[in-house]
Amino acid sequence: MPDFLLEIGLEEVPARMIASAQAELLKRTLALLTREQFISADPVAHSYSTPRRLAVLVQGVQTQQPDITEDTTGPAVKIAFKDGLPTPAAEAFARKSGVAVSDLKTISTPKGDYLSATTVKKGRAAAEVLAAELPKEIAALYWAKNMRWIPGSNEKFVRPVLWLVCLLGDNVVPLTFAGRTAGRATCGHRVLSTGEPFDIVAPDSYLAQLEGEYVLADVELRRQKIRKALDKVTRQIPDARWREDEALVDSVTHLTEWPDVLLGNFEPAYLTLPEEVLVTVMRDHQKYFAVEDASGKLAPHFLTVTNIALDETNAPIIKQGNERVLRARFNDARFFWEFDQRVPLADRVALLENVTFQKDLGSYAKKSERVRALAATLATIATSRGATLDAPAIDAAATLAKTDLTTELVKEFTELQGQIGGLYAASQGLSATVAEAIYDQYLPASAKDSIPRSPEGAILGLADRIDTISGMFSLGMEPTGSKDPFALRRAANSIVRILAESSLPILLSDVMDAATPALDTTAKLLAFFAERIDFYLREGRDQSYDVAKAVMASGHSDLRDLVSRSEAITAARGGEDFLAVSAAFKRMKNILTQAREKGDIPSSIVDHDLLLDPAEKLLAVTASAAASAIEELQRERNYSEALRVIAALRPSIDDFFDKVMVMAPGDDIRANRLALLTRTLNDLSRIADFSEIVTAG
Amino acid sequence: MSSAVAKQKPLTFQELLFTLQRFWAEHGCVLQQPYDLEVGAGTMSPDTFLRVLGPRPINIAYAQPSRRPADGRYGENPNRLFRHTQLQVILKPPPERVQELYLESLVAIGIDLAQHDIKFEEDNWEWPVGGAWGVGWQVMLDGQEITQFTYFQQCGGMDLDPISGEITYGLERIAQFLQDLDSIYDIVWSRDPVTGAELTYGHVRLHEEQQFSAYSFDYADVPSLWQHLNLYEAECKALLDRAKIELTEENPNRQQVLRFPTLGAYELALKCSHAFNLLDARGAISVTERVGVMARIRNLIVGVAKIYAEQQRLTALPELTTA
Repeated sequence: MPDFLLEIGLEEVPARMIASAQAELLKRTLALLTREQFISADPVAHSYSTPRRLAVLVQGVQTQQPDITEDTTGPAVKIAFKDGLPTPAAEAFARKSGVAVSDLKTISTPKGDYLSATTVKKGRAAAEVLAAELPKEIAALYWAKNMRWIPGSNEKFVRPVLWLVCLLGDNVVPLTFAGRTAGRATCGHRVLSTGEPFDIVAPDSYLAQLEGEYVLADVELRRQKIRKALDKVTRQIPDARWREDEALVDSVTHLTEWPDVLLGNFEPAYLTLPEEVLVTVMRDHQKYFAVEDASGKLAPHFLTVTNIALDETNAPIIKQGNERVLRARFNDARFFWEFDQRVPLADRVALLENVTFQKDLGSYAKKSERVRALAATLATIATSRGATLDAPAIDAAATLAKTDLTTELVKEFTELQGQIGGLYAASQGLSATVAEAIYDQYLPASAKDSIPRSPEGAILGLADRIDTISGMFSLGMEPTGSKDPFALRRAANSIVRILAESSLPILLSDVMDAATPALDTTAKLLAFFAERIDFYLREGRDQSYDVAKAVMASGHSDLRDLVSRSEAITAARGGEDFLAVSAAFKRMKNILTQAREKGDIPSSIVDHDLLLDPAEKLLAVTASAAASAIEELQRERNYSEALRVIAALRPSIDDFFDKVMVMAPGDDIRANRLALLTRTLNDLSRIADFSEIVTAG
Repeated sequence: MSSAVAKQKPLTFQELLFTLQRFWAEHGCVLQQPYDLEVGAGTMSPDTFLRVLGPRPINIAYAQPSRRPADGRYGENPNRLFRHTQLQVILKPPPERVQELYLESLVAIGIDLAQHDIKFEEDNWEWPVGGAWGVGWQVMLDGQEITQFTYFQQCGGMDLDPISGEITYGLERIAQFLQDLDSIYDIVWSRDPVTGAELTYGHVRLHEEQQFSAYSFDYADVPSLWQHLNLYEAECKALLDRAKIELTEENPNRQQVLRFPTLGAYELALKCSHAFNLLDARGAISVTERVGVMARIRNLIVGVAKIYAEQQRLTALPELTTA
């Protein structure tokens, strides 16, 4: 069976879009070939890409679908023939089946004799199906941003299509897409190859032929080549290593067809600039890798990945060009760094009047005032609960936190806001606590980031974000569906993480109360934060949805406590007794719900004199003893032990349900039993609503 | 020159311009002169912004001095200018293999592609005030961005068909690259063919940078600028209003349709845009005001684009073309 090859030749595709498009093209091609029965269930397939091409290679493709023979049943014989002659019913059936009436057969069924027709559906050739169907799959590829370029056509793709190669074995499949008809001609590297198109002989020679024209189409090989070259070139400098950066490796892999690596240098004098600025210039603006010495300190070198083979002639030229560009960039940064220092952060507070935070929420000066007040409130709460905090430092940090927005350096490197403020604060003689708090204020910005290093920084981060969130909610600008233009969900995620992962004795309710939202906003905020907490437990802590739901039902203002409860349950939930008790809790809850529906209003006060059955007496005693024990254990946050106490109730609970009928005819007895269940549920649900735990399936 | 880049004398600034203009003229471009009004980029010249509208093909190239008052640095920063020079090429529709054609133009100015690292990196262009956007690349040569390459998709909020390819060369950057210099002001602008004496970019332009930076940042009179903006806006709006009456299919006066001064309205809108840039450089526009003023200018520019497209449509009608 022949192999199949598709290559789409393009003008340079944006690096960030290539990997997913490559995977999608493979998936779509295989789905089509499978659907049309041209490949087995477990095909050998590969996909390739460079900035100028996407390709798929599938081994062992059938060239022809088998014919399908089908019997269809028609009208009953007694309707189809009258007096031995075919009726219109028989004729219509023959016509529909594409056979003559004389070719119709008779089959016997329990319901009598019926007409039957045998039809053969001709299998189609792979080439025909691919030419008809594959263009639709190519057109359906997802691109974050695409374009039109064909006059008079609304056809869109990521960039203009330049050529198509489509081969089934040695034969061209002449499919057409975006105004191009597939052939076997492809192009090599823009500069290193001759520039003339050349023919791919067969799918299995694709990779080797491209390599002959200086194109490494296998992405993983290209990535390895780049990594090896980075290692090798860095070895020129004793004890140095290149700073690992997976995202950057990925990016340069998708920017090159024939990569090589070049080492460049910069004046060591630039190392007096903050490392954050130097690395941002190199990585984000120039796609250079930073080089560090054995101690991890930045060294005055950089690595650039070229899209051309380097030799003795071109390497010095390319090196010189890159070094000049970097010098200009570093000079700019140094100019800004020195220029900004002429106006210290303290003098920039007034400038914040002119920087709008949000139209209806006022300037950043106003925001800073609000954040100062919020931070002071939170600091007071934390101190009253025994935390040791530098309150003046928090106030100073809150006052200066946003002043770096007025600096040239932040205007140039917006991604460094906060960090730059922290660096200026340190260089202007403010305390390390203040500088660090400012530096860390936007942490964590993503799930990968850590939380602020100090409690002062954590409080600043909480105050800044709750101010934004409650302000936006008060304007009715809360996130809806996929729309979250102010990234409020991310801000709330950060609040949750800081509360859960720092040692601050602060509750979510403290943070919300400090922001004093309006009453109707409070309800929305509660629901909003509940969603974020649930998200944090599941995504950040790997808890299952039922455990998250169960623990959140017992309160979610103390986030560290919430996490402890959740993790204890996750550890205990495998136990048989624990699951049985959870199931029993569900039963209790159902009984109480049904009772309420019938008009009973269960109290939680148990009259011990009305307990008749030994089983219910036992449950009352054991549950109440367990409740006291759990209360004590909860104070110590010893949730694993508390859960053991609950699981140990299983015999008395089982016994109760075996022997006692809750919905007894006598009103008093029934009411008392319902009260016992209510009491037991209340007492034992302080860790979690165990009835939420999924116990079966 | 001991530099590794330069084996023979690299092009002077003016030779660079000549060479690129000749290259594109030889590839079918009409050479236009720079637009004689203050613009921030070659894109804002009517030869780009308006000509890309409608169905008429055009290939055109021109150098465009581009003023950005806020970018001025009093001539003290070696890499930033109040006014830089773009070479703008519009290819409507873009020809097959337009990237290769562009690379040939680099060869023409003395760049041996085998000796350099060239990459096309995604860079999309957007000019919200003009309701315009496109997709494309920044062309990186040994880590230096030397060209913006854009496929225009929309202008004045309207889908373009055919689309245009726009190639914008940053002439100072390229000259700096060719001559291997750390400062724009050291670029050799011209070389006397007899004496070999060189004039630098600094000789020719430094005083402009000094004076216009001072004007933009320190001298420009803010109340006057607001007045200019308001006056230009009012006149432009008045023209847009008249267009509603005069630029219609029902208007029996064909000459009025042909002569309606859409181009004049566009110049008024550009004047507003420049006044805005000056006010911005003077720090006279608060962040809150900014959005509002930009919306005002957007109304003018998008409004002009709309009537331009309409005028093109009307003048292409058979009864008018034969008139």
